[in-house]
Amino acid sequence: MTSIVHATTAQSSARAEPIPVSAILPWAVFGGLMLLLTVYFVGAEEGATSLMGGSYVHEFVHDGRHLLGFPCH
Amino acid sequence: MVGNILLRGMIVGVAAGLLAFCFAKVFGEPWVDYAIAFEAQASHAADMITGAEEPDIVSRATQAGAGLFTGLVVYGAAVGGLFALAFAFTNGRLGRLSPRSVSALIAILGFVAIVIVPQLKYPANPPAVGSADTIVARTELFFTMMVFSLVLMIASVMFARRLAERIGGWNGATVAGLVYLAVVAVMFAALPTIEEIPAAFSPAMLWNFRISSIGVQAVLWAAIGLLFGAVTEGVSLKHVAPRRAASASAFR
Repeated sequence: MTSIVHATTAQSSARAEPIPVSAILPWAVFGGLMLLLTVYFVGAEEGATSLMGGSYVHEFVHDGRHLLGFPCH
Repeated sequence: MVGNILLRGMIVGVAAGLLAFCFAKVFGEPWVDYAIAFEAQASHAADMITGAEEPDIVSRATQAGAGLFTGLVVYGAAVGGLFALAFAFTNGRLGRLSPRSVSALIAILGFVAIVIVPQLKYPANPPAVGSADTIVARTELFFTMMVFSLVLMIASVMFARRLAERIGGWNGATVAGLVYLAVVAVMFAALPTIEEIPAAFSPAMLWNFRISSIGVQAVLWAAIGLLFGAVTEGVSLKHVAPRRAASASAFR
């Protein structure tokens, strides 16, 4: 990617320039939503609520859910 | 730029998930096995009365192997991605902190807000602890605590930044941290407590399970914080508009 520029100039080592919020927002909204959905599937699907029905997801990630501290059953 | 940061975060998260899996396998699984043996004993006694036995949808070996692996790696990737988004917002906005320091700071604050604080109120429970009748309420309370703690942490960091202009970075962070703790204390007092540990369940085993659960999360967050810092430190993270990358003015 052209946007990653290796630090070769003197000024780049001084202080990181903030990325404008407007550039982050689209990624944060879409990426954030996808990632939160992922957390939901590992942490809560087929426990208190169920999108898919059944209990396969729940049983499959069972140990991970317990050890990550989510209420499992 | 942001897409690249996000990708880095998710890759780092997968690596952290692998480490967390190794930790969970060695230090966590023994207590899960104990709890499941306890549960089986209790339900066996019940089956003697009803004559029914529940079939396993997923075998214990799969749960403790491929299931645990998938759960932790996928969770790691998700946390790594969210971590990267937090980094994109924070880097360059916290005084003169270098990317590596910002990364470490986000990991510490995230671990406190998302793991330590919610788990102090609603600790991790092994199988057999917790009634099936209350799973909805317990899940709602746990996520309420987690979301509230995270939002409060973000607000506290913004508050600390504002205070830093007037009373300095150290004092500002101290005051904002104390405000965070005070509001968390009010939240702890306001939310209901859950006590559903079976009397026969070994307290030592429960302690071991909960410590190992915190350990799994600690490994995950420490790995994300350190690895993300390592892969970001040497890289200039300036926002450069794609087409103007060649012009000197874009670098300012």
